[in-house]
Amino acid sequence: MIIKGKIWKFKDNIDTDVIIPARHLNTSDPKELALHCMEDYDPEFVKKMERGDIVVAGNNFGCGSSREHAPIALKEAGISCIIAKSFARIFFRNAINIGLPIFESSEIFNESDQGDVLEIKTDSGRINNITNGKTYKINPLPDFIQKVIAHGGLKEYVKEEVRRRNSHV
Amino acid sequence: MGQTIVEKILTSHTDKKNFRIGEIINVRVDFAFANDVTAPLAIKDFKNSGAKDVFDKKKIGLIPDHFSPNKDIKSAEQCKILREFSHEYNIENYFELGKMGIEHALLPEQGLVLPGDIVIGADSHTPTSGALGAFATGVGSTDLGAIMTLGEMWLKVPETIKFIYSGKLNKWVSGKDLILYTIGKIGVDGANYKVMEFTGEAIKNLSIDSRFAMCNMAIEAGGKTGIIEPDEITLDYLKERAKRPYQIYKSDPDAFYEKVIEFDVNEIEPQVAFPHLPENAKPISQVGDIKIDQSVIGSCTNGRIEDLRVAADILKGKQVHSRVRLIIIPATQNIYSQAIKEGLIDIFISAGAAVSTPTCGPCLGGHMGILAEGEKAIATTNRNFVGRMGHPKSEVYLSNPAVAAASAIMGKIANPEEVI
Repeated sequence: MIIKGKIWKFKDNIDTDVIIPARHLNTSDPKELALHCMEDYDPEFVKKMERGDIVVAGNNFGCGSSREHAPIALKEAGISCIIAKSFARIFFRNAINIGLPIFESSEIFNESDQGDVLEIKTDSGRINNITNGKTYKINPLPDFIQKVIAHGGLKEYVKEEVRRRNSHV
Repeated sequence: MGQTIVEKILTSHTDKKNFRIGEIINVRVDFAFANDVTAPLAIKDFKNSGAKDVFDKKKIGLIPDHFSPNKDIKSAEQCKILREFSHEYNIENYFELGKMGIEHALLPEQGLVLPGDIVIGADSHTPTSGALGAFATGVGSTDLGAIMTLGEMWLKVPETIKFIYSGKLNKWVSGKDLILYTIGKIGVDGANYKVMEFTGEAIKNLSIDSRFAMCNMAIEAGGKTGIIEPDEITLDYLKERAKRPYQIYKSDPDAFYEKVIEFDVNEIEPQVAFPHLPENAKPISQVGDIKIDQSVIGSCTNGRIEDLRVAADILKGKQVHSRVRLIIIPATQNIYSQAIKEGLIDIFISAGAAVSTPTCGPCLGGHMGILAEGEKAIATTNRNFVGRMGHPKSEVYLSNPAVAAASAIMGKIANPEEVI
């Protein structure tokens, strides 16, 4: 898969209350969640961003609550990929489970600016900053996680496992 | 080389032999639970999975605690999904309003989570049960749906940081202060992906309620879980609660730790974490003059009987400041009932506090005590992120119940010594 989009930069410790405030958690409808994505950080964010844009953030992105509504809101709003220096662990799991591509890289955070255009080849792990010409190679995800992603997320993996178990009964 | 308590629990729940730190393993889950925010998505996933039934009706908990009593039509619809699913699949541990308590206080109290268990909750404060010597960690809804279906989940074998607390606690210092102090030292990602194992003389003497408060906030340092080895205090708590047999594990003396961090608790004062991160902890003596509009005593961190007793000690015969709203929320119905028997609720109401049925409510800015623009609150809750308790321009300061009660009386953040 090739992802191409422009960067929105965020600081360290962006928490899930900022990504999707709890006052909107009385629904799990992705379209409604997407309308409020990042609104306490920048009320205009959803209006300013475009589908395919990429989030580049500092340390501990997605810390706090386990709400899967946070990666869902970002994905539904049109964010195509998140690159951060590091992720909070529940957010990392959630993003993978819903099939939102997510990578760790300090270099990209340090060497990119808001508005730069990135091109990401998820299969080879090559990332190219088209604006400043810098290229990067990111660490591949662990085998098991790649297997989950290859199934199209955890839901599809579970469905296949259920089929396998049912056929053994 | 020996193993840590967590490595022993993981070993007993996986078929994988001789796993290494960092390796991904599949583990069997002893208890899985979700609330009215996270369960609806997990239930949808389960129903789409093609499975005929959940993995075990006894091992699933569904607790509508976040926006319940239903705060609006949308949350009523969310809670209805839990109720109908629980009836359809005969989920034994569905807790209807009236029996419901805040999940992380309720499940240990009901003896449903036990030492040696793997406990997975679709809520970030699941590590609370680590206070009983369980491996307890939070996940999102898709993971929980998968566990409801298969009874197992993947996880990366974590490294462990050992925290040793020596010395004797000062007056008005509780488990909440130890964990705020610790997060202040290591930062909000200081234990990211790692286990925080709490040990030492001060932990051995720590009450079970204070232990719950410590493990509860391991996530605020990014921790995968917090854990304390079971001892006499644990066994005493479990007596007449445990619903099934359990296994006690302890760390070997030669276990590997990624880091060992030592603190002398003699030097720790009551702590206050300033907006907008739990790591912004300061000792009460350095807080300065901060006027407050609201004080909240409750939540999965500090809504237990010990917390209410401490608050009552301070509020007895006193009045809440005329410009402050004090909201007190016992974490479970049993705690509420016990507080009535001990006369605590009477003290709170006489002092001018509002007492509520159990709910997460204001902690996450859900309902029952939302802040307006520019308002400040002191709270015994666990997070002080931007907009956490209401308006994005409101502020939350985190503390123990003694400080929250004293502050309610004084109208500003106060040392309990000032009012006693």
